[in-house]
Amino acid sequence: MSLDADLSLRRGDLELRAALTVAPGEVVALLGPNGAGKSTVLQLLAGILPLEAGRVELDGVTLDDPAEGVHVRPRDRRVGMVVQDYLLFPKMSVLENVAFGLRSRGMPRDRARAEARQWLTRMGLDGYERRRPGELSGGQAQRVALARALIVEPRLLLLDEPLAALDAGTRPAVRAELRRHLGGYGGCTLVVTHDPLEAMVLGDRVVVLERGGVVQQGEPAEVARRPRTDYVARLVGLNLLTGAASGRTAQLPSGAVVALAHDATGLVHIAFPPAAVTLSPSRPEGSARNAWPLVIADLEAHGDLVRVTADGVVPVLADVTPLAVADLGLEPGGQVWASVKASEISVYPA
Amino acid sequence: MSRTRRTDDLRVPAGLLIPAALGVAILVLPMVGLIVRAPWGDLPSILTSDEVLTALRLSLVTATVSTGVALVCGVPVAWLLARTTLPGRSVLRGLVTVPLVLPPVVGGVALLMVFGRRGLVGGWLYDTFGISLPFTTEAVVLAQVFVAMPFLIVAVEGALRTADRRYDDVAATLGATSWTTFRRVTLPAVMPGVLAGAVLCWARALGEFGATVTFAGSFPGTTRTLPLEAYVAINAGDSDVAIVLSLLMIAVSVTILVGLRDRWIGAA
Repeated sequence: MSLDADLSLRRGDLELRAALTVAPGEVVALLGPNGAGKSTVLQLLAGILPLEAGRVELDGVTLDDPAEGVHVRPRDRRVGMVVQDYLLFPKMSVLENVAFGLRSRGMPRDRARAEARQWLTRMGLDGYERRRPGELSGGQAQRVALARALIVEPRLLLLDEPLAALDAGTRPAVRAELRRHLGGYGGCTLVVTHDPLEAMVLGDRVVVLERGGVVQQGEPAEVARRPRTDYVARLVGLNLLTGAASGRTAQLPSGAVVALAHDATGLVHIAFPPAAVTLSPSRPEGSARNAWPLVIADLEAHGDLVRVTADGVVPVLADVTPLAVADLGLEPGGQVWASVKASEISVYPA
Repeated sequence: MSRTRRTDDLRVPAGLLIPAALGVAILVLPMVGLIVRAPWGDLPSILTSDEVLTALRLSLVTATVSTGVALVCGVPVAWLLARTTLPGRSVLRGLVTVPLVLPPVVGGVALLMVFGRRGLVGGWLYDTFGISLPFTTEAVVLAQVFVAMPFLIVAVEGALRTADRRYDDVAATLGATSWTTFRRVTLPAVMPGVLAGAVLCWARALGEFGATVTFAGSFPGTTRTLPLEAYVAINAGDSDVAIVLSLLMIAVSVTILVGLRDRWIGAA
């Protein structure tokens, strides 16, 4: 009772090779930058694109197995889809949209409509039956799209950037609501997003896809605490370095040495928050500190703070107060010492 | 959406103004001539004469039936051209749009070759069922479909190409067959294009002359449509009737084009 997919496809510049599993009732967030192949994964799972190699199995039923010539058509797969712009059928009423799946499966009109009405009630859309999709707000349209997909009881629900079309003001409320509705759905859910917050809030598990491959997966907190790629590190707002550890030091490819708080060996990731970085005009005192002379590349407002991008033997992001920027006279091209306490650094095997 | 309008520069260069005026004159003067020369006093009696009413009725019926046939056959052709990856699709597109540029008389000759009593299909029809198409009202319809259906196909194919195919994908994931998807999702989405195509097709069928006269002849009541009636009147030296019929057809064309512009083409 789950999704077990091993996807392989070459399409233009994209070379997709990704294995995915989703347990029943589980919501997996597929997180990745644009062009990573996220939408291609959805199209493959929905059966819209044919798989080149690999296998897709849902609840013990083989949906795709190109080697055996198996490809179940989209309409027979029982895979539901809700996309970013919802794609509600514009010429149909809300009720007809929701009833569409049942009608397509041959259910008589009255029964299909009665069931659609129940779904609208469940989605808090009583009284919207006769509206046209164009008359709905983004959040309402999303609930209609969700009801339309869920009414046919799909075994796998695919959500493609479900919150991207909403304005920032309504997004949190709709996100919480979507989380609630997904909680009540017993099937497998795969949410595709490029927004880390969305992935963390909606997903029971986060799978990070980059350049067609899975680069990291785990519980949201785990992914947020221990990023394994620059992309994830940037999303969760951490500095990430990779080096060879031996005892309480790690050597970076650039030759720079990082002092660690605990013993470690082998290839490790080294992560620390930008707020833990201290900038100073000269080499700071204290033995437990890592300190590197760097050149400032960029300054950028970041909430109440200023995010400083510094390059050198160790590329570092640092969050400092605007006051510190003025005191230190920070500007692009300027020299600065960046230091981090070893105790602020988290180290984990690469 | 608001569009900022440029202040109109009234100094149009003479190099553009003169040829433009000439172009407009070539297009509009003939119609003005008809209006000026029209026997306005005799208009009611000519319009209600038996010949004109018979031709008018025949034209309206045949153009409407032709449009119906073109819809039933042309929309599927447009769908094939727009939505499938059939090999030889571009050749097929070329073939079905040839009548757009073909002289209608040539079309009429071609129809005779195929549907004439000794034609490829016509011979078989006659030998098997005793059906002879040429010089019947059915032949008028066939000739009109031949010249007018490409207009519909082109319009509908364009609409299908711009329609978002992801709606079809969503319908499929909801369990719809491709026929259900076409009927309930695709067709409603391209309906404006289908209507525009149907109206263009109807107007073209109404004005059809060359293929009709060649393939169906000019028999009052069965094949003599409005354009043929006008031609007969001119040949008989009855220019008043010819002018009135011409005005009638111009009025229909202008009404349709203006209506299309406002409703479907969406030109500003």
